[in-house]
Amino acid sequence: MKQAGSVQHNYRHSSLGLSDERVVAMYKTMMMARRFDERGQLLQRAGKVNFHISGITQEPSQVAMGFAMDTENDWFLPYYRDYGFVLSLGMTVKELMLSLFAKGEDPNSAGRQMPGHFGSKRLRIVTGSSPVTTQVPHATGFALAAKMRGEPSVALVTFGDGSSNQGDFHEGCNFAGVHQLPVIFVCENNQYAISMPLSKQTRGRICDRALGYGFPGIRVDGNDPLEVYRVVKEARERALAGEGPTLIEIMTYRVTAHSTSDNDLAYRTKEEVEQHKSKDSLPVFKQYLIDAELWSEEQEADLQTEIRAVIDEANEYAEKAPFQSIEDAFRHVFAEHSGEGK
Amino acid sequence: MPVIEYIDAIRLAMKEEMERDGDVFVLGEDVGLKGGVFGTTKGLQQQFGELRALDAPLAESAIAGVAIGAAMAGMKPIAEMQYSDFMFPATNQIISEAAKIRYRSNNDWDCPVVIRAPIGGGVFGGLYHSQCPESVFFGTPGLKIVAPATAYDAKGLLKAAIRDPDPVLFFENKKCYRLISDEVPDEDYIVPIGKSKVMREGADLTVIGYSMPLHFAMQAAEELSLEHGIEAHILDLRTIQPLDREGILEAAAKTGKVLIVHEDNKTGGVGAEVAAMIAEELLYDLDAPIRRLCGPDVPAMPINPPGEKHFLLNKEKLKTAMLELARY
Repeated sequence: MKQAGSVQHNYRHSSLGLSDERVVAMYKTMMMARRFDERGQLLQRAGKVNFHISGITQEPSQVAMGFAMDTENDWFLPYYRDYGFVLSLGMTVKELMLSLFAKGEDPNSAGRQMPGHFGSKRLRIVTGSSPVTTQVPHATGFALAAKMRGEPSVALVTFGDGSSNQGDFHEGCNFAGVHQLPVIFVCENNQYAISMPLSKQTRGRICDRALGYGFPGIRVDGNDPLEVYRVVKEARERALAGEGPTLIEIMTYRVTAHSTSDNDLAYRTKEEVEQHKSKDSLPVFKQYLIDAELWSEEQEADLQTEIRAVIDEANEYAEKAPFQSIEDAFRHVFAEHSGEGK
Repeated sequence: MPVIEYIDAIRLAMKEEMERDGDVFVLGEDVGLKGGVFGTTKGLQQQFGELRALDAPLAESAIAGVAIGAAMAGMKPIAEMQYSDFMFPATNQIISEAAKIRYRSNNDWDCPVVIRAPIGGGVFGGLYHSQCPESVFFGTPGLKIVAPATAYDAKGLLKAAIRDPDPVLFFENKKCYRLISDEVPDEDYIVPIGKSKVMREGADLTVIGYSMPLHFAMQAAEELSLEHGIEAHILDLRTIQPLDREGILEAAAKTGKVLIVHEDNKTGGVGAEVAAMIAEELLYDLDAPIRRLCGPDVPAMPINPPGEKHFLLNKEKLKTAMLELARY
């Protein structure tokens, strides 16, 4: 993978229209996601939280997606590993930490849902659930609403490779194809649905399924975040131009167990995992920035200190924060007064 | 006041709400030029265009799921299920998503969707064009469920459902479509969700139900009055979730003898909850055991005429059960 051009000002990010500041911000967000995720695992192991689900090694492509979108106008329907994605959309580590600790101030669900179940109307992140793939038809619905209202909004929905087998994936894609809706379907193919390797889920390529719905399907290397950025940005431009949906299959790998409740060595080898860990694109991206003279080891050290402080502070805050009161925990089954939420 | 058919009341409710609010639209299979397989959406695409009377691919989970997404985006979708028998693929979207969106997001998101589905038999539809699936959804917190018996209530409840900030399942009875006509005002009105209505006043026994079987109860009540001087009190639940507790208890207390009727099968049906509610609060006011007259516990009604007839409730079955209870 060629990361940097030889001539100054001809770096890949510049040719993609990404400013130096933005590409550095991407890196910082990726690193923040990585460190948050690692802390989540530690907290679970230490018995401080009940559950954590990881997106480690998927963050670079997740952040690239977020940076390719318009946070003022677009709609986002993430799946449960998308820490990098939601951080790039403006969710804070403190908010993620409040969700991890299931505290009342958590904007995702006030500590009602498991961590990784994102939602924030302020950030245009649509509330999600645990039955996988239900969010795909929702994204089509958001895109339909945008088309009906003539709004310049694109819906981006993510899901795993396992989800691509659900009826809702096919139904949501087909509907969007028929009505040429502004939606981007992103499969984060990390090769595993809990214990099931891709070979036991599908014989074909997930991106090729787009052919059947009459829109482009693109496979992209998840370890090349700038390429992910380019592909998502193009898909967004097509969507805005009224050219309909795109299916993007991001090829990545889940280096962690499915969740803190899973022992992955029961179904795969340490060697396989190590091999993929060595392909981690986070250090590669850092080197790209250094080669482009946008980053240095001193800045790296400062960043690590800064991230550590932010995470420590969020950790401490969330740990001390109160749970939602029992009186409030059972509210909002229905609107409490007419016109609520409008 | 004009007398109109039940099906026209439903269409008029959609038409008027679509005229009133640009965010209201209908989607489903064949809802466009054809106007739906029953004609419920006839003329809507001609008046409002292809997008607002949207033909959806044949995939019920997407019809519900896309409507739910659009609702979260601020639209007011009406998703039509061609037959309630075919809405089960959408059950995950309805129960896991629509019902939980407000609660799971701590009131950050909402889902003002209406899902219309025709219920009931008597049209030689066989097993899969005749079912009453209310009990599948009944008991799911976060869902409102209505099932009107008259044209007036069909129009008023559908308008209320469309304006409601939460998901509403609207179970319309396909046998009622052309069989039931009643007075419906031209002026705008709604029938509030969660309120039952006394259809007939009486002092000898109480019949509680919803949808089509109430018409059999009304016919039976007239005959019992003429032939036996027995006066039935008949309560139309209209909304089956949330149940109108106050209305139910008042109607039960009025006569002390309660017969609950619905076409959905007896076990685990709405009637069980109504009976439990009365038993919990009014047991000592009762003069007879609570009775239920419902569809039999078989998977669904057969298409052969004797089989269908045997499955369905009718005036005679109601009359027998009501007379027996009155004489208890």
